Parts: sequence; C-alpha cells; structure tokens
Amino acid sequence: MAMTLDRQDSEGLEVVAGNGLLDRRAFLRSGAAVAGTVMGYTFVRSAAAAPLADDPWSLGPGGLSRPYQLRSRFEEKIARTLSNPNGEPRTSHARTPHHLINGTITPNGLHFTIVHSGTPDIDPDKHRLVIHGLVKQPLVFTLDTLARYPMVSRFSFVECGGNSAPMFSKEPIQASVQALHGLVSCSEWTGVRLSTLLDETGIDPKAKWIVAEGADSLALSRSVPVKKALDDAMIALYQNGERLMPGNGYPMRLLLPGYEGNMNVKFLRRLKLVEQPAMSYYETRTYSQILPNGKAFRFYFLQEVKSFITHPSPGLELRGPGFYEISGIAYSGNGRISKVMVSADGGKSWGEAALQAPVLSKAFTRFRMPWRWDGGPAVLQSRAWDEGGNVQPTRAQFVAERGETRNIPPVLGFPNQHYNSLTSWAVDGKGEVRHVYA
Amino acid sequence: MFTRRVSISAAALAFVFGAGTAVAEGPNLGRPIDPADIAPWDISILPDGTGLPPGGGTPAQGERIFAQKCGMCHGEKGKGGVAAPVVGGGPIDRIEAPKTIANFWGYSTTVFDFIRRAMPWQQPRSLTDNEVYALTAYILAENKLIGQNDSMNAETLPKVRMPNRDGFIIRFPDKI
Repeated sequence: MAMTLDRQDSEGLEVVAGNGLLDRRAFLRSGAAVAGTVMGYTFVRSAAAAPLADDPWSLGPGGLSRPYQLRSRFEEKIARTLSNPNGEPRTSHARTPHHLINGTITPNGLHFTIVHSGTPDIDPDKHRLVIHGLVKQPLVFTLDTLARYPMVSRFSFVECGGNSAPMFSKEPIQASVQALHGLVSCSEWTGVRLSTLLDETGIDPKAKWIVAEGADSLALSRSVPVKKALDDAMIALYQNGERLMPGNGYPMRLLLPGYEGNMNVKFLRRLKLVEQPAMSYYETRTYSQILPNGKAFRFYFLQEVKSFITHPSPGLELRGPGFYEISGIAYSGNGRISKVMVSADGGKSWGEAALQAPVLSKAFTRFRMPWRWDGGPAVLQSRAWDEGGNVQPTRAQFVAERGETRNIPPVLGFPNQHYNSLTSWAVDGKGEVRHVYA
Repeated sequence: MFTRRVSISAAALAFVFGAGTAVAEGPNLGRPIDPADIAPWDISILPDGTGLPPGGGTPAQGERIFAQKCGMCHGEKGKGGVAAPVVGGGPIDRIEAPKTIANFWGYSTTVFDFIRRAMPWQQPRSLTDNEVYALTAYILAENKLIGQNDSMNAETLPKVRMPNRDGFIIRFPDKI
C-alpha cells in the first residue's frame, strides 16, 4: 500500500517504508559513522564504560588445542530444544535456535533432527545400500565404494513438513522463532548423485517411483518419484565437510533438495524401483494434510517459498531506540529467492531487503534491512518471492485456503503441516518482541 | 592415483564387453546382488498387494497376539494408551482432527506394511507373517472394516476398501 513517507530520516538516510525502514543500501553508502551506531541483538549485558585493562586471559598462555575443537564455554547455552529428552517411545524433535545464530549455514551440532524411534548407532563398515526392483541389475554398495564415486557438493535446506505447525493456531502462540520455525536448517551436503548410481543399475522404463527405506528400527519408508531422483537427488555422505551427524542420517541419507524433510530418508539402506507409490504410513497418514473441507493433500513434496525474521524476534529485546538491522532467512523448494520485502508497520508499507550473496537455489538466503527504531510500537514482517514467481501468501490468503485450528494447540503439537505464510513480530515501547497475527 | 584407477577399470570393462556394449560411465563399483539375497530386506508392500507374503490370519488369532504384544502401548482393544489408538476415530471435521486407520488411512495394505516393518516398538520385525496378517485382521475387524470371521491374506487384504480411500488430493501432480 502506498504511504506518504518522509524520504529522509533524522540522520539523512533514505526512508523506504513506514516506521523507520531504511533503504537497504543505506549503510553501504553512509559508511562507518552510521554503521557504528547499529545496535546488536544480544543476551549478553554490555560492560559499563570503564578504563581499558588487560584481562587474565591476556596475561598468560591459553589452553590446549583439542583434536576436535569445541565452542567456547560461554556459548554452551546456544542449543537445540528437545521435545523428548528422556527418549520415551515416540518421536523426538530437536529444534534449531535461529535467533541465536547467524549467516546461512546451520552448524552441524545445531541442525534440527527428528527421529521417530531414536537414533540408530550404525557401524559404517557394516552398512549397505541396495538398489533393486525395476532395474536391469540390482547392486549393493558399501560406504567405502560410494566414497570412490565422483562427488558433488551443494547447499540445501532441509525442512520438516511440520515446521511452523504452531502457526496454524487460531490465536498466536507466544514462543520463540526456535519453537515456531526450528525444524528447518541448511547445510552444504556432499555425496554421490543418485542418477550416477541409477545409470549403473539401469532403469526399467516401467519404474515411476522409488521406495526409499532407512536402517532405523521403523525401517522408515517413503515413495519418491523417479523424476526427482533423476533431477537433483543425492546420496549424501558429508554435511558441512564432515560425515553426517547421527541424527541427520549417518552414514548416508537421501537428499532431495527442496522436498519435505521426511522424504530425505536417513540411514538409507534400500531403494526399490516400482511402478506405483507404496502408500507408506508416513506418506498416507503422517505427512498428508487435512484441508478445511475434510479432504487431505497427498504427496505435497515441495517446501514452498517462505521467510521469517530471526533478528529481532521473541527473546531478543531491543535496548533503546536507534539503528538495528532486521535480518532473517528466506528459502524456496522451487529455486532461488528473488526478492524479500520487509514491513515495520504490520504490512501497510514495505521496503525491499538486501539479499546476502550468494543466493543459491533451494538454500537459505539471509536478508537484511536497516531500521531506525523510534521507540514506538512496530510490527515486523517479511515476505519472500522465488525465481518461479511464487510468493509467500498473506495470512488471510493462507487461512482461507488451509484453515486454522478450532482450539489452541500445544506449542509442540502438529495440528497441520506445510505452513508458509508470514510471521509477524510486534515490538512494544519497551523493546520487547511478541508473536502476533497481522 | 584415483583418476588412474578409474581409467584402467573403464578400459578393462570396455575390453570385456567389447565396443558398442552400453557401459554406464562411472566407477561401476556396485556389487551385483541376487534378488534372493535381498529378500530378507525386501519388505515393501504396494497398495495393489504386490509384495504381500504367503500366509494369513484371522481377527480371533490377532486378538490374542494384540493382547500379548500390542495392548501395553495401544491400550486394551486398541483404544489407545501411551501410543495412538488403532481402533476408532471421530469425523474429519477440522484441520487438526486426529488421523486414524478408520477415518483417514487410504489403503489396508499400509496396516500390514507398517506393523511388519515397525512393530512391536521394542522388537520390530520379530513377528511372523502369519502374526502380521492376524493383527491386521484384528485391527480391521475392530474398526468394522471387515467381518469378525474374515481371514486376511495376500488375496483378501488388498480388496478391503478403506472408507477414506478417495479423500485425497494430489498436491502437485506435475511432480510425479
């Protein structure tokens, strides 16, 4: 919506939208003087001004180097939140703290994981991957043999179909971005193209689906179109340079860039080419989405274009009026992010955010927007577009199609799946941030 | 070193198969395996019944096994406990309605498939095929989807039509 705006703010920076959103190039143009006034979002209390002095760690040699280094002990509270810490006989979710990290790559220790029957302790030397069914020659591979194949690396997000499920609630649930959107992460994955292996087995032209199965106790199974397998599917062996984390599928997983997380079968041990989908438990029950008319979506597959603001967000308070950088992540299972718009007035006016290069297909893109907070109430939103022209629906559009819950669900519940509408953060006069619908 | 090994093996393959034989480009390091050797892992069941093993079972047989191996989690008569109920279910009248076998699942073969691959929780793949058939029959009968005397086997199971069979919309048909 068009709005009359003062084109310059009090410091001469170009205003692009209401409530103090500044041109995305403002800091680049204005240089260090302005950048120096940007305030960070942090839990750590800043030290009072005092004469500088050497601290103890500067006055003697430091500690030992570890063979596998660990982060600073001051960072140990930056952690995933666990839905099932005692391993009761049900699914365990561990959510990524998006508000406490930055950039576009999720550290391996903070990558979200969902395991439906615990994490198997797989001996990589005994693990096997078999490809069979409608192929010319069934083949079995060890990890060692796969590691000798030509490899590819690509950045790809993986998102649970149930990420952001609390957003289906008819009332906004007060929770952090970690609780609301923590079931998506992004890594560099390295492995062997599935098409390379299928070239070697040969494909019977009748094969239209591949039933992928894990070595976990549920032998978790999903049907994947051959079309996707031949497009950009990978047998991933490495995650951000090291072997996969156990919860992310060690020693190998199926990676289907941009597709629903559960289809990226972990602990992958079997691929069977078949004519029809298996209609497995996870595809016909768990990851089918009930619609307001009582029908249900099947084979949703795509994680559609989406974005949310991570800084600021609930738990990260603003400490006084002044300059802040609004930033967040955007991604689409359809390809590259082409544009992210940000609003500070609940969607009345929008300004275009800067996209951090490189902008990669089916990977996290960090967006940034300079903002001069005047200390008054504000409602922050982001809205992303992808290169296919797809755009995040507004909440009104989304709810009209997909509905919302009758009652308020628990924050850890999964009332429905595949939410990709907007997220709104309300900033009050004290700088506290709350989740609202706007 | 690596490059040299690949080129030697490619040359060797070309020699063995002769010019004009289609040999996929690549290391060709997969070991051929006989379908009989895959059989212990090959537990895929398709909705038309493809893959269902020999054997069979009745609701009465399944009731005894259920009480012994399943009821401690799924509750007496499958009405629910620490694990989800496998019997019953209300109408699909809201987007968060609990999905059950009776009100949601599209295919009876999925019941057999999931029990055989994943249950019981502590000892998956410990049931015989006859036990899986019997448990499938018991659950379907308790949900009034088959009669109390109907035996389930590779012939009869795929013919059981689930109430919500046509309740689904393919989200992105062009992706298939």
